[in-house]
Amino acid sequence: MIELRDVSKQFVLHNQGSTVIPVLQGAALQVSPGECVALTGNSGAGKSTLMRMVYGNYLADRGAIVVDGVDLATAAPRDILALRRQSLGYVSQFLRVVPRVPTLEVVAEPLLMLRVEREAAMARAEQLLGLLNIPERLWALSPTTFSGGEQQRVNIARGFAYNYPALLLDEPTASLDPINRAVVLSLIEEAKARGAAILGIFHDAEARARVCDRSIDVSDFTPKAA
Amino acid sequence: MTDYNFAYLDEQTKRMIRRAILKGLAVPGYQVPFASREMPMPYGWGTGGVQVSAAVMTPEDRFKVIDQGSDDTTNAVSIRRFFERTAGVAVTEETREATVIQTRHRIPETPLEAGQILVYQVPIPEPLRFLEPSEVETRKMHSLEEYGLMHVKLYEDISQHGAIATAYAYPVMVQDRYVMDPSPIPKFDNPKLHSPAIQLFGAGREQRIYAVPPFTKVVSLDFEDFPFEASKADGACALCGVDNSYLDEVIMDDAGNRMFVCSDTDFCTTRRAQGHVGAEGVPS
Amino acid sequence: MKDMMQDTDVLLSVRGLSKFYGVRIGCAEVSFDLFPGEVMGIVGESGSGKSTLLNCMAGHLTPDRGEVLFAGRDGGLRDTLRMSEPERRMLGRTDWAFVHQHARDGLRMNVSAGGNVGERLMAVGARHYGAIRDSAVDWLGRVEIAEDRIDDRPTAFSGGMQQRLQIARNLITGPRLVFMDEPTGGLDVSVQARLLDLLRGLVREMGLSAVIVTHDMAVVRLLADRLMVMKDGYVVESGLTDQVLDDPQHGYTQLLVSSVLQV
Repeated sequence: MIELRDVSKQFVLHNQGSTVIPVLQGAALQVSPGECVALTGNSGAGKSTLMRMVYGNYLADRGAIVVDGVDLATAAPRDILALRRQSLGYVSQFLRVVPRVPTLEVVAEPLLMLRVEREAAMARAEQLLGLLNIPERLWALSPTTFSGGEQQRVNIARGFAYNYPALLLDEPTASLDPINRAVVLSLIEEAKARGAAILGIFHDAEARARVCDRSIDVSDFTPKAA
Repeated sequence: MTDYNFAYLDEQTKRMIRRAILKGLAVPGYQVPFASREMPMPYGWGTGGVQVSAAVMTPEDRFKVIDQGSDDTTNAVSIRRFFERTAGVAVTEETREATVIQTRHRIPETPLEAGQILVYQVPIPEPLRFLEPSEVETRKMHSLEEYGLMHVKLYEDISQHGAIATAYAYPVMVQDRYVMDPSPIPKFDNPKLHSPAIQLFGAGREQRIYAVPPFTKVVSLDFEDFPFEASKADGACALCGVDNSYLDEVIMDDAGNRMFVCSDTDFCTTRRAQGHVGAEGVPS
Repeated sequence: MKDMMQDTDVLLSVRGLSKFYGVRIGCAEVSFDLFPGEVMGIVGESGSGKSTLLNCMAGHLTPDRGEVLFAGRDGGLRDTLRMSEPERRMLGRTDWAFVHQHARDGLRMNVSAGGNVGERLMAVGARHYGAIRDSAVDWLGRVEIAEDRIDDRPTAFSGGMQQRLQIARNLITGPRLVFMDEPTGGLDVSVQARLLDLLRGLVREMGLSAVIVTHDMAVVRLLADRLMVMKDGYVVESGLTDQVLDDPQHGYTQLLVSSVLQV
């Protein structure tokens, strides 16, 4: 479902003396449906960069990043957007929303974009928000004013609203209390059970041990200094 | 006769104006630019109409001038006298007798006939002007038949007054093509724009001539749910008793007493001569 | 599941569009395809050619070279630059819409809000006052203007309301392509947010395609699927909006993105 072949990435800072920062070289991995793979490695090894490349948020300099048959390294913007709507979900650490949009809408949006009946989409959003213990009185408010932990949970609810065949998780359990952490882990297990291919970054070793089938050390892809 | 050329204008100028008139007749409702001349009267006193009248006039014509329906206002009298002196044509106050009628803001009540020419004095020929100040743009709108704006004006009327409040200079569509300002005639007169007579419109200051040939289709613009109505003041003429002519309101005294009389003086006089008497009238 | 954005036929195809002001370059060699439902942002600083490009596409300026192909309702692509003027103007009040930066450029200031919104309907032949007014009320509601303001003139409206009125006036005929020139320029931040939210909703609801010129990165991040970065008349970078903003490749884009103040 997710496959990387010989992927390289470097940043060129044109305004800082054209400094070249190589980040990844020869990255390769594969995630099959129903499998959860953890990216590990020290801070700065390129875990987040790799995740963002798989989502199409960062460009790959070479290689192929194929998700559900679409090569994100070469796909047109509209094909990447279609892939993100239909097949590829991403739970980032930070929530980015339009001011004024109510929480319920934020969570239901991925379903509404796919023309799911409004009623069904809202029901699913309510179910997830309830599961993640977001008080019902907050549902009609914009999450912009929520606490960090609440925003994170809204973000997770949004990421799990639609059953994506491929899912990227960037520290989904960070800054969660034990109860909500358990909820998120069971959501991940459910997703695996229905056949989602999951690629994630988990600093939480216990969580990683519980949901991940194997780990890939991103340091292996760190370019060797010439 | 006098030292003037017949009907004041020189023959070359008349030819120029006649060409504009012919073009106007060929393209009903289209505003033809023409080189308007200085006339011995100020703009706003009918310089456009006078030039058109001068261009179509022949020595055999019988000329009539009305100003808001009346033959005896200053404006009507001075224009009539102008052509008496410069063309030596016969003049008349009787609509039926006249061959050329110059008018300001009315169409005579007596139906016009084939062979007659009605010449309108026009202050602002462009019906789109009040909503679109650019001449370049209004010309383009005419050429492309983009007349949505005309209905915006009527929409505004209804939204503000509950009905189409435009009572004069009511815009018309001519021969399904050009939207035209019929000059500031009351909308009561609009149905008479469909006529056996030739109707010519002259705007001196704005340098435009346009025309409605005999029996041209002329439709007043409206909405399906707010249809055009050729309305007039309710009531009958206090002098001749007629109830289907356009009426002027006359204040009688400081106490606010008033009466309605025919705006068309010739029409009223003729009726009274026939023995019709209104509420306030005395047999003539 | 049917994806609402998936539509394979191109709606607008711009090819080699160039405009020169004497020896100065307005915009040069711009090419791209826009698909139904797609929103494209064009960013760049003042004088980068983004407004020239927008006006060339919308037919307000005549480019020196290139083609602007648009898919008519019959499906065929036609070069709008070679259309007759009546056809192009008809397009301008049916399938196309243009939202100006300054609302007074896009509104009739001496006509009521209802008249402004209803004009495009009347321009395409609507002749039932009641129906026109109903549509105007509906559209005022959609842009969050109270029904009781329908007979007020735009001069009595705030800047944000004027801009929303302009949007209603443009969208009432259900256009398929909207050009927007700095739609949030000159508005207070709180007013901007409301307008952006509104635009976003309308774009999605109506499946609109749009080309939005702005120098505001927050606007494109919220509204645009794709981004084109212009400098000195040329497109220096283009791609998926979040990719261009988060991983800019060209030096100028990097400068542009890094110059945005963080709040």
